[in-house]
Amino acid sequence: MSFVLTEDEQMLRDSARGFLAEASPVSALRKLRDAKDPVGFSRELWGQMAEMGWTGVLVSEDHGGVDMGYSAAGVILEEIGRTLTASPYLSTAVLGATAFNLAGTESQKSAWLPKIAAGETVIAFAIDEKARHAPEKIDTRAVADGNGFRLSGKKRYVVNAMGADVLIVAARTEDDRINLFLVDPEAEGVERTARRTVDSHVPADIVFDDVKLTGEAILSGAEDPEAAYRLLLDAGRACQAAELYGAALQAFDVTLDYIKGREQFGVSIATFQGLQHRAAHLYGELELTQSLVRRALTTLDTQPSQAPLWCAAAKAKATQVARLSAAEGIQMHGGVGMTDEYDIGLYYKRAQAAGEYLGDDAFGAGEVARLSGY
Amino acid sequence: MSLDTFRKETRAWLEANCPEAMRKPIRSEADICWGGKNWTFASQDQKVWFERMVEKGWTVPTWPTEYGGGGLSKEEAFVLKEEMKAIGARSPLDSFGIWMLGPALLKYGTHEQKLEHLPPIARGEIRWCQGYSEPGAGSDLVSLRTKGELKGDRYIVNGQKVWTSYADKSDWIFALVRTEPDAPKYSGISFLLIDMDQKGVSTKPIKLISGKSPFCETFFDDAEALTKNRLGEAGQGWEIAKYLLSHERAGIVSEAAFGGLNPVTAAHQSGEVEEDGRLSDPILRGDVARLTIDGLAFDATMRRVKEEADHGEGVGARASMLKYIGTELNKRRNELNMSALGYDGLLWEGEKESDGDPARSWLRSRANSIEGGTSEIQLNIVAKRVLDLPSA
Ligand SMILES: Cc1cc2nc3c(=O)[nH]c(=O)nc-3n(C[C@H](O)[C@H](O)[C@H](O)COP(=O)(O)OP(=O)(O)OC[C@H]3O[C@@H](n4cnc5c(N)ncnc54)[C@H](O)[C@@H]3O)c2cc1C
Repeated sequence: MSFVLTEDEQMLRDSARGFLAEASPVSALRKLRDAKDPVGFSRELWGQMAEMGWTGVLVSEDHGGVDMGYSAAGVILEEIGRTLTASPYLSTAVLGATAFNLAGTESQKSAWLPKIAAGETVIAFAIDEKARHAPEKIDTRAVADGNGFRLSGKKRYVVNAMGADVLIVAARTEDDRINLFLVDPEAEGVERTARRTVDSHVPADIVFDDVKLTGEAILSGAEDPEAAYRLLLDAGRACQAAELYGAALQAFDVTLDYIKGREQFGVSIATFQGLQHRAAHLYGELELTQSLVRRALTTLDTQPSQAPLWCAAAKAKATQVARLSAAEGIQMHGGVGMTDEYDIGLYYKRAQAAGEYLGDDAFGAGEVARLSGY
Repeated sequence: MSLDTFRKETRAWLEANCPEAMRKPIRSEADICWGGKNWTFASQDQKVWFERMVEKGWTVPTWPTEYGGGGLSKEEAFVLKEEMKAIGARSPLDSFGIWMLGPALLKYGTHEQKLEHLPPIARGEIRWCQGYSEPGAGSDLVSLRTKGELKGDRYIVNGQKVWTSYADKSDWIFALVRTEPDAPKYSGISFLLIDMDQKGVSTKPIKLISGKSPFCETFFDDAEALTKNRLGEAGQGWEIAKYLLSHERAGIVSEAAFGGLNPVTAAHQSGEVEEDGRLSDPILRGDVARLTIDGLAFDATMRRVKEEADHGEGVGARASMLKYIGTELNKRRNELNMSALGYDGLLWEGEKESDGDPARSWLRSRANSIEGGTSEIQLNIVAKRVLDLPSA
């Protein structure tokens, strides 16, 4: 296990950083927002990500991917976080690919993984039904119906759902266990309502009203579907943590630049100890976050059975620190920090939204306590 | 020898040689073996463990064998540490000689100085203390005034040090002394090794809030230090002091990160747990979980920084970050221990020697963010040297 990036990962980071700064700077998010884009992300950009191989980092070479693992996915998400890029990367390339890898049958893998790698599909993941993340509180039901199922229930804040080609839905089967189902968002009985959130993303609330599914719709390749479901969420947490870390780091960098340039009382405000100490404290928190995120990702790659604790810890820490970094950023910017024109506020909003997703810091702390046995 | 073989052999050796009693977590100061001329072991097991480790050179595993060390590579030393941790083995010997002076001697000492001073440190024969702080020079250490006048082959030292940990139990002191009064502040200080067993050196204990007196005022009254016991050049003291401080900080941090009571164990002791093992107080449980997260993050960061240092990035001023985080974390852990223990944590004296340990440890931990440079000083260093923020 290593904290230091491999050469391939370093190259990936450099190219991701260069590409996103060019193709998807923060102004790209502003544009989507101001144009009230109906899906909230750019399909064109998604195609470009696929061309560079990013969408296939968790797809095996047999299925057309590059199979670089979670560590590499984290590298990309960190850069996505830095630029606040809105994309279906987490829901498709991470959660989608992981769902098929862990729970897909061979034929489902052959059908979907190549599409993910090629950037030909966008997947949205429908889990939560409550205001706060609660992956065990699933009331959506999939009742057997001939060879297939009938799906009913309500999902909330499904990320990227308005632009999705397919939904993966967590639902309880008659044995009361949680299983994952592939659902066509255009199918009869599916109703999506766009929700515009504070971070300028466009998730959707979805109602499933007796939706007819074939027997192929269930991801039935896992021995224990609930264990697969949990590990899938853990992987999602670690990767979401990587994005949050990237956002936190960028908010910090932007703030340092600002305070170095801003003068008051005839001197650079960066000379003030009141600001220096908070910046130095924040630096330490960012270093802690980086270590946890790297640790969670490499553990997923090398010892998945050990991963849950690290993933929960990483998500909790990244959530807390991203919020802190952006909040301190606003404060240190002073008045302009409150203006829409400056980017720092966008980081604060994204930290809150991405922080909530798959469980915030309080949720993560609860998981850590449970997994530690106290 | 391959690392795997080394690991196997080390594991077997530890299994055979580490007494059962030395595999229990350190509860208090009394469990620590400091060594020195007047050292008396707390138990037969402590003595046996100490002697066996000394023989292997494993009190200082990476020092060269000719200086009493184990001659291990960094990787082997790490394996040794992991294997010791795996069975909960206590450190056989702790001392300022190992943590601080040793590394400075290895870097700045002549071969003769190393031969004279390192083996006695490795074998726990000579106990050292650190004479940096003075009444008027704490955070602003460079303003120190204790002076040393060169007379022939020796310095005549006069002045006062303060907060000298364990000065009354130490045999020698490494001290910062102003020897070049006309030189600029930073280049007038020399690093002297002074034998405390002489008429001109005296100490007076200072009592702490923890009820203990681990440190002293130290007075030099025409004390003598041979020039051969000056480390480095005359006037090079500040550079050496800073190098040594980075080791001191690392030492304080690793001490803070290891062992001792933790809030979950504390809650079990005070009976504040449910049948399923959950802590009874949900808010305390949340606080403990957040501490766990930061603890995991801190351990991972220590490992990452080490790994990056091995890849040539160096630790540098990040040592200050680690010192700051590690010590603040240790204070938080002690505070939560006290919460988890409730009234039981308040005990100060009782029938058993260990009664009052949690409270003393809690009080002692407040010093973590003062000794070795305060948290504020560490933050200053990070701001200036890592983040490159300008000085006023
Ligand atoms: C348990 C313990 C053991 C010790 N052992 C030893 C030892 O063995 N040998 C030895 O030489 N010394 C030892 N010390 C001394 C220790 O290094 C000093 O106490 C420490 O460096 C702080 O100096 P001071 O106590 O004079 O505080 P001061 O320097 O007076 O500081 C007081 C307060 O002002 C703050 N402050 C000072 N300067 C700044 C600044 N520039 N920016 C922001 N805040 C500032 C400090 O952070 C602190 O909060 C020990 C101390 C303790 C508590």
